[in-house]
Amino acid sequence: MKNLTIKKINEGLKKKKFSAVELAKEYLKRIKKEDKKICSFVTITEDLALKQAKEADGLIKKDNNFPLLGVPIAIKDNILIKGEKCTCSSKILEDYTAPYNATVIERLKGAVILGKTNLDEFAMGGSTENSAFLTTKNPYDLKRVPGGSSGGSAAAVAADMCVAALGSDTGGSIRQPASFCGVVGLKPTYGAVSRYGLVAFASSLDQIGPITKNVEDAQILFNVIAGKDERDSTSIDFKIHTRRGSSASNPKSKIQNLRIGVPKEYFVKGIDKGVKKVVEDAIKRIEKKGAKIEEISLPHTKYAIPTYYLIATCEASANLARFDGIKYGLSKTEDSLIDVYLKTKAQGFGPEVKRRIMLGTYALSAGYYNAFYLKAQKVRTLIKQDFDKAFSKVDFIFTPVAPTPAFKIGEKINDPLAMYLSDIFTVCANLVGLPAVSVPAGFSGKLPVGLQVIGKPFQENKILELCKSF
Amino acid sequence: MISKKDVQHIAKLARIELKEKEVEDFQKDLSSILDYFELLKEVKTDKVNPTFHTSEIKENVMRRDEAKPDNIADELIKQAPDKKERYIKVKSVFK
Repeated sequence: MKNLTIKKINEGLKKKKFSAVELAKEYLKRIKKEDKKICSFVTITEDLALKQAKEADGLIKKDNNFPLLGVPIAIKDNILIKGEKCTCSSKILEDYTAPYNATVIERLKGAVILGKTNLDEFAMGGSTENSAFLTTKNPYDLKRVPGGSSGGSAAAVAADMCVAALGSDTGGSIRQPASFCGVVGLKPTYGAVSRYGLVAFASSLDQIGPITKNVEDAQILFNVIAGKDERDSTSIDFKIHTRRGSSASNPKSKIQNLRIGVPKEYFVKGIDKGVKKVVEDAIKRIEKKGAKIEEISLPHTKYAIPTYYLIATCEASANLARFDGIKYGLSKTEDSLIDVYLKTKAQGFGPEVKRRIMLGTYALSAGYYNAFYLKAQKVRTLIKQDFDKAFSKVDFIFTPVAPTPAFKIGEKINDPLAMYLSDIFTVCANLVGLPAVSVPAGFSGKLPVGLQVIGKPFQENKILELCKSF
Repeated sequence: MISKKDVQHIAKLARIELKEKEVEDFQKDLSSILDYFELLKEVKTDKVNPTFHTSEIKENVMRRDEAKPDNIADELIKQAPDKKERYIKVKSVFK
């Protein structure tokens, strides 16, 4: 039962090579052994997994064919599962139990949930070092970070402690750890997947998406969780273009009609040589198959980081105001109400979360709103126009995911600005709302490197079909 | 460089109590990050509209004002650290 994919599990269960309960037990055993060194799980949901596996075995007997039937899955610990802890890797939610299910959890019919995975506290970070509980290690090199913030999910998939996982992506938090851990990670179009039950970080940027071993699994998982949900008014009703249909007819001639854009601003100084070569080689591979490569320009790229960090921190400072020691979570008992707030937040939040709340509060405070927050929202429009213009000429955009492969634990943790700057290639897809995937494309030394493919809104399946074809 | 007083003012607005060492660290960190954000000043945006949201939804999303049976109010009240019956207790606001 090694290196299983969703398809192999579908077949294995159908042919009775193993039962869902056997599979769940095998994965739980593996987590207990392997995760001592990787540290990707905050909570192992053993009882839930065995209950769901039993139900899955019952459904198999009834010839049910949910796509994820019996598939062992891990969930980032900022997505609510009823009756299970949801900590966001924060002390403020250390003892919080979710009172309801996120919509994505309800859509995972038949799946077996193994546990909740580690993240940078409240998904704020790019290394998973900002977790209040544990530091997840990269399975390719235990001295290095798995990326973040969905580092626990990416590491768990890479180490085969689950078959697939859900993460969330606000500025690269699915794609960058997928690149660092050599797995597939998809950030869907804004509105493609319901955010109901995802603990909010920056509401105009957050999306839930799949992290998987291969592209096909990402496609299956995405199609299961996507779609309109009346409990998230920003979710959108769109038609899922599934595998059968146009693209299956003749994939080769399809590639020959494609125009791939390569933004010149993404291949400048500071990018690791190995990363550059992997991405350039991937571009050459698709060119050989007949796609037309075009150099494009996204002129506002150099403003993406300040724009993103202003918007994300402003939205975060508003969203995280709810952790006040009154309604749920950590609560410090004090004599006055103001002291309850002050002490609860002081003790409950870690340094990076405090830093971002402070930045957002500053940028939204009297006298700075126009200069910072509104300015950033205007530059966001210009960044969107760059992409609109590019997509009038090309079908997909190829870029690196991150300037470097996985860095060493501790290397950047004391320099927040350096950490922010390494998000340069991923934040734009969130600012503009476009779907983007990181697919494994090669290695820099012994470390995996992903290729980022950005597409037009709601073309997740087209992006993933393309990734399968070269 | 923002002042210590600025940092303390922002912390008060954000309802976070800071230790002296944290005030010093934030003064340094926030200053270097905010200096970097100044980069946006060079972009001309006089005639540009802001994009608050990228979603294609152009209208408000409405629903009927109907009570639903899956009410989880009791579950939510259970989460509160200090309560009396179905009320959540807070410290008195008025002196």
